[in-house]
Amino acid sequence: MRKLTNGSAGAGVVDTKPVVGSDLAHESAIKHVTGRATYVDDIAEPANLLHVATGQSTIAHGRIRSINLDAVRTAEGVVDVIVCDDIPGDPDISPVYTGDQLLASQIVEYVGQPIFAVAASSLEAAKRACSLAQIEFEELPAILTPQQALKESQFVLPTRTFQIGDASKAIDAAELVIESEQTVRGQEHFYLEGQVSLATPTEDGGVHVVSSSQHPTEVQKLVASVLGLNIHQVQAEVRRMGGGFGGKESQAAALACMAAVFAVRTGRPVKYRMPRQDDMVQTGKRHDFWNRYRAGFDAKGVLTGVEMELAGLCGCTADLSEGIVDRAMFHADNAYYYPATTIHGYRCKTHTVSNTAFRGFGGPKGMIAAESMMDDIARTVQRDPLDVRIDNLYGPGRDVTPYGQKLEQHMLRDMMQQLATDTDYYERRKSITEYNRNSDQFRKGLALTPVKFGISFTATHLNQAGALLHVYTDGSISINHGGTEMGQGLYTKIAQIVATTLGVSYERVMVTSTRTDKVPNTSPTAASSGTDINGMAAKNAAEKIRARLINFLADQHGVESDSVQIANDLVMVNGQSLTFDEVIKAAYMARVQLSATGFYKTPKIHFDKEAGKGHPFFYYANGCAASEVLVDGATGEYRVSRVDILHDVGSSINPALDIGQIEGGFVQGMGWLTTEELLWDDRGRVISNSPANYKIPTAYDLPEHFKVSLYDQPNNEDTIYRSKAVGEPPLMLGLSVWCALRDAAASFSDYRMNPPMDAPATPEQLYRAIQAAKAGVAS
Amino acid sequence: MVKTCPNGQELKFILNNQIKELDVPADKTILQAVRELGLTGTKEGCASGDCGACTVLVGEPSDKGVRYQTVNACIAPIGQQAGRHIVTVEGLESPDGELHPAQEEMVNCHGSQCGFCTPGFVMSLAALVEADVSADREEVLQGISGNLCRCTGYRPIVEAGIAALEVGSSAAIQGQELVQSLSASTAQAVLQPANESELQESIRDFPNADLIAGGTDLMLEVTQRYEAKPNLIDVTRVEELQLVSADEEKLVIGAAVSYSRLEEFFAGRSSPFVSLLHRLGSRQIRNSGTLGGNLANGSPIADTPPILIAWDAEIETVNTKGEARLTAVSDFYRGYRDTTLSGDEYIARIHIPHASIESFHRFFKSSKRLEDDISSVMGAFRFEGTPDKVTVARIAFGGMAATPVRLKAIEDLLTDSELSRDLVAQAVEALGDKMTPLTDVRASAAYRSEMAASMLERALLEFMGEARPVITEVSLDA
Ligand SMILES: Cc1cc2nc3c(=O)[nH]c(=O)nc-3n(C[C@H](O)[C@H](O)[C@H](O)COP(=O)(O)OP(=O)(O)OC[C@H]3O[C@@H](n4cnc5c(N)ncnc54)[C@H](O)[C@@H]3O)c2cc1C
Ligand code: FES
Ligand code: FES
Repeated sequence: MRKLTNGSAGAGVVDTKPVVGSDLAHESAIKHVTGRATYVDDIAEPANLLHVATGQSTIAHGRIRSINLDAVRTAEGVVDVIVCDDIPGDPDISPVYTGDQLLASQIVEYVGQPIFAVAASSLEAAKRACSLAQIEFEELPAILTPQQALKESQFVLPTRTFQIGDASKAIDAAELVIESEQTVRGQEHFYLEGQVSLATPTEDGGVHVVSSSQHPTEVQKLVASVLGLNIHQVQAEVRRMGGGFGGKESQAAALACMAAVFAVRTGRPVKYRMPRQDDMVQTGKRHDFWNRYRAGFDAKGVLTGVEMELAGLCGCTADLSEGIVDRAMFHADNAYYYPATTIHGYRCKTHTVSNTAFRGFGGPKGMIAAESMMDDIARTVQRDPLDVRIDNLYGPGRDVTPYGQKLEQHMLRDMMQQLATDTDYYERRKSITEYNRNSDQFRKGLALTPVKFGISFTATHLNQAGALLHVYTDGSISINHGGTEMGQGLYTKIAQIVATTLGVSYERVMVTSTRTDKVPNTSPTAASSGTDINGMAAKNAAEKIRARLINFLADQHGVESDSVQIANDLVMVNGQSLTFDEVIKAAYMARVQLSATGFYKTPKIHFDKEAGKGHPFFYYANGCAASEVLVDGATGEYRVSRVDILHDVGSSINPALDIGQIEGGFVQGMGWLTTEELLWDDRGRVISNSPANYKIPTAYDLPEHFKVSLYDQPNNEDTIYRSKAVGEPPLMLGLSVWCALRDAAASFSDYRMNPPMDAPATPEQLYRAIQAAKAGVAS
Repeated sequence: MVKTCPNGQELKFILNNQIKELDVPADKTILQAVRELGLTGTKEGCASGDCGACTVLVGEPSDKGVRYQTVNACIAPIGQQAGRHIVTVEGLESPDGELHPAQEEMVNCHGSQCGFCTPGFVMSLAALVEADVSADREEVLQGISGNLCRCTGYRPIVEAGIAALEVGSSAAIQGQELVQSLSASTAQAVLQPANESELQESIRDFPNADLIAGGTDLMLEVTQRYEAKPNLIDVTRVEELQLVSADEEKLVIGAAVSYSRLEEFFAGRSSPFVSLLHRLGSRQIRNSGTLGGNLANGSPIADTPPILIAWDAEIETVNTKGEARLTAVSDFYRGYRDTTLSGDEYIARIHIPHASIESFHRFFKSSKRLEDDISSVMGAFRFEGTPDKVTVARIAFGGMAATPVRLKAIEDLLTDSELSRDLVAQAVEALGDKMTPLTDVRASAAYRSEMAASMLERALLEFMGEARPVITEVSLDA
């Protein structure tokens, strides 16, 4: 049996397996299963630690008339209470634009918006104190839906359009035309570890913040700015998160800032950890969207023109909604060629919490429009939806996207056909149709859907990364980089990359906590780019060290540098074999620099936002999934009975971790489209505010047959070891479940009509779709 | 002056391989206590019993040695654990540092990503290994029914569970040997009467104290609403309340018997009830939750009241003088969260006629997620007679009004008439205006009404001999 070691790294162990490409366990796996992996809340608490809670708006929109905090201040355990005016620097903590106030001052714009904050001796004391505040509001009219915002032209940012050809004319001239609309709900991140930050004052009047954040640099910058400090006075540190999924890209900063303000005011360490319900109410989620489309196509279902309007519910501020709605537009084609198209993206302002990044970053919202459209077309022309999908794919000569980027690699036709063959799609389709004809109560549904996802930050400047590599005199190696670990296995992959580049064993390499004083000015770990950019930066640093060692040895032995080789912890010079440890000792004695920084910026990308044209993505990641479901027509209850996935990760750096991302992403996407129903009431309160009423999938929701295969083909772009990003794309494979459910609903009309179905397809939603299908037949 | 419970007395229990004595308030949870002791492997994901990140094992002496069950540490008071063995993730390794099979296989199968849910899953899997259940997917799914993971998609965790069960337990959990030595000497933070007369005395002496059984409802007031519960009387140590017995006519179930024990007891007696129990909460919740708590809590969306109504069950309440009375479950509810239970009474037992359990009964639960979800509608039906004539009908619903409801009018409509599809349609039609469900986060009023109708129809058709399985009963084989 396995013995415990003190972490993943331990120098001197020789391992001859190829490091990149192997199924290494997550670098913290043993720490995870023994409970020794330390999260922010697990750091030993100093005796004088303070805990934070906030007093919140109870209305969606209004003016604060008066605030009386006397009872709060005198409550048991309370040490400090602040309102907006007490913030020493800039209270605005917006990531890109403006409007996100750490504490509201005059106007409140969502239920749950923090108005004052309390630091107390315990979380319970802080929470209890908050409930003693007396705040009077003057209520103002609230906008709560995208429809309302569109009607009143309330937007957080201007509307954008992608256009190719004359879509309206193309559709009018088409043989067949359909149009539809659909509400697609948002999603709560439900990272298992809630938002949390711990701030400790430093002797320079600054703060050290340990945070559960995907974006330490932004935490550092905003903490400095709310405190009115220089950035160098603040250090932000992230060892790991208990899940992020985009929810800790911009949303983590508020907690860090609040804790930091109290830390500086009181001179004491301060922790701000949100209890689950506060987290579910006060932090942003995936956007609700209201999508409309009109499509023209021929008798075989091949598109001639598409008009789409995608309206995202951004909440009260811009946050990251510029990029999110852009990405919905970038993926409104999914994998399909639109010969003529107009795509509008609206950023609706509502009096709800400001929505934020969530795995897929708007992409899923555009894709669901494309995928429902494909099913609608297939049923209209009475063809198998898979055939219609394949006939509409991009291909040579049909390869320009609505934003002008030309596709260079066409993999999906082959992938979808391979998956269809491997999973007997057409035979199953036949037997399902047969089963459905003979079954009243239960029906089956099947769908095979593709995903094409653009890789790169669409904000071009973010596509840069740095790394810092040290080799110590015992031959152990430490690598630091700008990416954060949230479970995706980034640290593991970075260690694999460094080991492979240097020709040493994986065990030699330790990845250390992400810190802004080690690698500065980093980008968020987001847009699936973590390994792509930080891996390249780490490789760049490792290559520098490798070159220095080789040059040193070549000089020392008087040979050409290409006759020096490093592999498997051994160095071959002139036919002589040295250990890596020996070489490092000698290099140190000879005063060779054993530390290097690395840097990377993604090539080829550019985009003109105003024109809606350019080459925003370095490459695309592809995948497809076939899902089968069983549905009870009398209740709308259902189960997923089989899932097969074929996914393209280029040349995998770690197949086990990549499969983990694919499975986890798929299930998260499936959750968004099935049981996870994010709901507000008519006063703007989030009513799905706890795991008791917001249901993410459990193990029971997964079928026994759940198979993932990798489509093994190197990236044709020069990415890190020719791999492809894998974080976000698989989430959208979950669309196959939603489409399969709608397929089963359509069977109640003998596939003659397109039952309207919003997302998520809760049993109730599906029941409505089934009723509509039945009524469609009856009429 | 009202006395307060003797809190502040030292509480004695075993934590991993050490005996601990603590001075704690009554409403401190196991989770808070172990984390304050520096054992931070046990995580808080929700503090409401929904995610399982806080799962620990609680061991108690039984006839087969120490028996371990999973518990949601976030809502279980540490004060209830006197004399028990609490095992956290830090306590699973062997003395020489070998991982437990549940840990080992989680590593081998790539069962952790962010790792935050992992200690909870490890504990749930370890409980299965310690209980030596068969290495089977269904067992693993039941075992982890109260554990959420947002990263992995579960496949590797289920595989790890099956693999760990194949390996099996090799050594006793550390600290187990201390359990016997401690059981006699249990100083308490929460009042733990041992029998009914002590319970009556405790209620008399401490009228301000809350009764607590599993705590799966009560403790949410502490962890979600930050209320203090300084005085608790634990009914789960009352010997008589843990008994299941039978006389000629009735089955008598102690109010503090856990759902997990009911599952075992009803296996072979009522498969509809066992199936329903599998959808009530999770394994962790069922290890703690009780019938008495479900009834006394008074919630209109509780799962068991409609069942007990359909079974013509009666609730035996006893007051501090030891006087008992029996109330039909359908008469127990007066209004929203209001029952006939008075301040000086407790629920002692639930009486269920054997004849009810032996007659045709069917229970349906409607919820967004099939596992571990609160019902939007709960329907319970019992019919006697023949497929063409109902002689006794019981129809009850939860989630359709401010209390669990029994529909006498529909029962009357069905009773002693010729049972036909027409009559079924009439009954379903008549159901329409009898209840006033709400629209809320779980379902719309309209869907609730439609599901109630569909449940009634299903139950009747099935009584007539037409099989109408629910989705959880159908094989998924393609
Ligand atoms: C995650 C989760 C999932 C759940 N899922 C379900 C579900 O699917 N279906 C469902 O019906 N419920 C569910 N519940 C609610 C809860 O588990 C049940 O109601 C359970 O039966 C309560 O029993 P308990 O022993 O834990 O009660 P406790 O919480 O101990 O007590 C509840 C109330 O009853 C009183 N009480 C307890 N015992 C007695 C007694 N003998 N005499 C008098 N008063 C008493 C207490 O004072 C308290 O007011 C869930 C809860 C959680 C946290
Ligand atoms: S913390 Fe979620 S169940 Fe206990
Ligand atoms: S591994 Fe992250 S929640 Fe399970």
